[in-house]
Amino acid sequence: MPMDEIALDQSHAHDDKPGFFVRWFFSTNHKDIGTMYLVFALIAGVVGYALSGLIRWELAEPGIGPLTMFVAGEGDAAIDAAKHFYNTVITYHGLIMIFFMVMPALIGGFGNWFVPLMIGAPDMAFPRMNNISLWLTGAAFTLLMISMFVPGNSSGNGFGGGWVLYPPLSGQTGHPGPAMDLVILALHTAGIASILGAINFIVTILNMRAPGMTLHKMPLFAWSMLITAVLLLLALPVLAAALTMLLTDRNFGSQFFVPEGGGDPIMFQHLFWFFGHPEVYIMILPAFGIISHIVSTFSKKPIFGYLGMAYAMVSIGVIGFIVWAHHMYTVGMSLDLKAYFVAATMIIAVPTGIKIFSWIATMWGGSIDFKLPMLWAIGFIFLFTVGGVTGVVLANAGIDHLLHDTYYVVAHFHYVLSLGAVFGLFAGWYYWFEKMFGVKYNGFLGGLHFWLMFIGSNIIFFPQHFLGLNGMPRRYIDYNEAYTLWHSVSSIGYLITLVATAIFFVSLVEAFLRRRKAEANPWGEGATTLEWTLPSPPPFHQFNTLPVVKNDAGH
Amino acid sequence: MIQSLRGLTCLAGMGVFAMQANAGGVPTPGALGLQEPATRIAERMQWFHDGFLLPIITVISIFVLALLLWVIFRYRKSAHPEPRKFSHNTVVEVVWTVVPVAILVAIAFPSFTNLFYIEQEPDLELIAQSGDLDDPNIYPEAAENGWITVKAQGNQWNWTYQYPDIDDGGFPLEFVSNPIHVGLSTDPASTPERPYALATDYPMVIPVNHYIRYQTTASDVIHSWTVPSFGVKTDAVPGKLNQGWFLVEEPGVYYGQCSELCGVNHAFMPIEVRVVPMDQYERWVETMLTGDFDAAAQLVAQIEPLDEQTQLAAAN
Repeated sequence: MPMDEIALDQSHAHDDKPGFFVRWFFSTNHKDIGTMYLVFALIAGVVGYALSGLIRWELAEPGIGPLTMFVAGEGDAAIDAAKHFYNTVITYHGLIMIFFMVMPALIGGFGNWFVPLMIGAPDMAFPRMNNISLWLTGAAFTLLMISMFVPGNSSGNGFGGGWVLYPPLSGQTGHPGPAMDLVILALHTAGIASILGAINFIVTILNMRAPGMTLHKMPLFAWSMLITAVLLLLALPVLAAALTMLLTDRNFGSQFFVPEGGGDPIMFQHLFWFFGHPEVYIMILPAFGIISHIVSTFSKKPIFGYLGMAYAMVSIGVIGFIVWAHHMYTVGMSLDLKAYFVAATMIIAVPTGIKIFSWIATMWGGSIDFKLPMLWAIGFIFLFTVGGVTGVVLANAGIDHLLHDTYYVVAHFHYVLSLGAVFGLFAGWYYWFEKMFGVKYNGFLGGLHFWLMFIGSNIIFFPQHFLGLNGMPRRYIDYNEAYTLWHSVSSIGYLITLVATAIFFVSLVEAFLRRRKAEANPWGEGATTLEWTLPSPPPFHQFNTLPVVKNDAGH
Repeated sequence: MIQSLRGLTCLAGMGVFAMQANAGGVPTPGALGLQEPATRIAERMQWFHDGFLLPIITVISIFVLALLLWVIFRYRKSAHPEPRKFSHNTVVEVVWTVVPVAILVAIAFPSFTNLFYIEQEPDLELIAQSGDLDDPNIYPEAAENGWITVKAQGNQWNWTYQYPDIDDGGFPLEFVSNPIHVGLSTDPASTPERPYALATDYPMVIPVNHYIRYQTTASDVIHSWTVPSFGVKTDAVPGKLNQGWFLVEEPGVYYGQCSELCGVNHAFMPIEVRVVPMDQYERWVETMLTGDFDAAAQLVAQIEPLDEQTQLAAAN
């Protein structure tokens, strides 16, 4: 994005911040809200990450052991309680990481911070609604946390039916207790927050771009957020409908998903995945946007095939809505339906391939500076490729009969999310850290964080392919001793990421204690988007006079 | 005395087991790949995965890695201080769109052929009448014997097997297959005959080289019936009857595990299928009909080898 010729007028920048309570609780400032989203995602992320630690600790060797320490009872009673506890741990790990870590960080955090800055807008279109979104997300997380500690079913507290919430396990049959109702309320609330946020992004991006910034000159991160917001707006109401039906099934005697009343549990799965599949693109598209900017910045080269990149994301978004049932190949669908979903799913590999190759082509011929964000971005490109190709394997319904609900699937979606979305998240974190917080991070600690995370997460997830191929089902607290080797290796990988995460927090503390002064643009000529024209951190209100994007033959 | 006899039987059982170890049916310690296939369905899947998809995705991943490493090496700041400024190249853009499409089309052909083979229940009459004995995908001799139907109903947390065509005093033959291990301190030790988290008290029993139609349903929540070495997995959904087919070519013991989260004991509702010669299967059915499930289970504790004639037939 050549933004060289931008007319700026910062002389009237107001920096009169309101008092503490008004500033952080009644906040209408997109940067403050973005920061709060990031802090929120950090807290939720720690909880979700701790839960995954329990999973890997329990699975480090066969037999049921570590989790019995966290439940009431002795001996075999504790083991039975631990079985339910394990199911709740995997459930809340998934829900928290998706709804309260990745989404708030990428969309609420970076989206709020950088969409207005990149398109040259003073703030979001609906600042007060932005505040509602933030606090609803917080309320939703609180509801979800409470649900962990209220009765799920006769086996114990919390909902232990997996993040997909399939009835009848999530209905009166499987979890009659209030825990599941709280999960429904939590997701409803989070959904409302996201829909409001999505409306805000769409209106902001469509109406508040700086003069001269046509859609086809808009930075790719803004593009990715626009597409993400449209996906959210279309997908979340379907989840809300499914959740509402589940709620009335549970509490008011409706029988939408109850077979003995003529209902269909599989219908819930269709509705869920009609939301759930776009949801995985909702999590990865913002990362795509971030990676594009980082690759371009540190290669000192414009993004290769800008329009192709933008429309590859559009087509991923569109196709993302018509492939949902590939999550359901084993439910007993007709052959024709399966064949259709195989074909549609494989098509997604094409725009995804375009993005991967375009990133490499952006680096090709550049002058690459291997600063920390670039390391994360390169790591992302390779690991996302690995996760992508196993997706092509799973797209084939025949093979999926072998691999469905095994660790192969666990490995696949953690490669695209844990190693994809999360690497994109950290890439963005280190790319914009100085810009957001006005201090520099310690490059050595950051580098250590990257390398330990890269090695550790690969050791966690690569062996899980082997487990899955050999038949290890997912969501199992215990397993046959034949699976011991790769489970142990996977748990060792977790320990490495634990060190990495500790270093990440040390680097945070170090950066805020040392307070090395930030530069407006630490990355040099390659960083061409509007946020680098502002000081770091940007003034409380920016672009009081709108920047003008001059029409120079751009792309 | 009885103990030592049982020990001997166990040893003999282990001998048979060892002989049939190549037939698969159990996970292998430290394994990197799929379980040994025991049906044509699983064989085709194994070829499709190991011989086709895995090489393709490995090459793609290595290709991307190589490109990245080359770019990192060649265009690092110190080696290439002046960046070039191009941002388009129509030819490469067309190539990296068309080539992936071609690869996907190449994948689609075997994918759809395999899917149709798995999903379309074979027409046994047609196969029996005009089947080609050399075609590995069909079994004309087995087709003459028709179907044996087994219905697996998932319950929290065991499987009820029903043989709708076997009359048990006006009702179909039906029994519950319970796990041996449930993760508690009372669990017996894991042995090759009773592998941990895989073995059941009363296994599902079917004859070798016989077309099997399996149906799945559930009584409470959703479960999933699978045997990895058969290459089949079908959800057991309450209010719904799902169906599939397979034919096992080698006698042996084959294990699977419930593959849809179903509550507390999800990890402890294994599937054990004993595939035995026809005459052993018939004796098992007779014993089951007497109501002595333990005796029936004892009867299939050792899988009898195929007699020579059957083996010849199978070899054909």
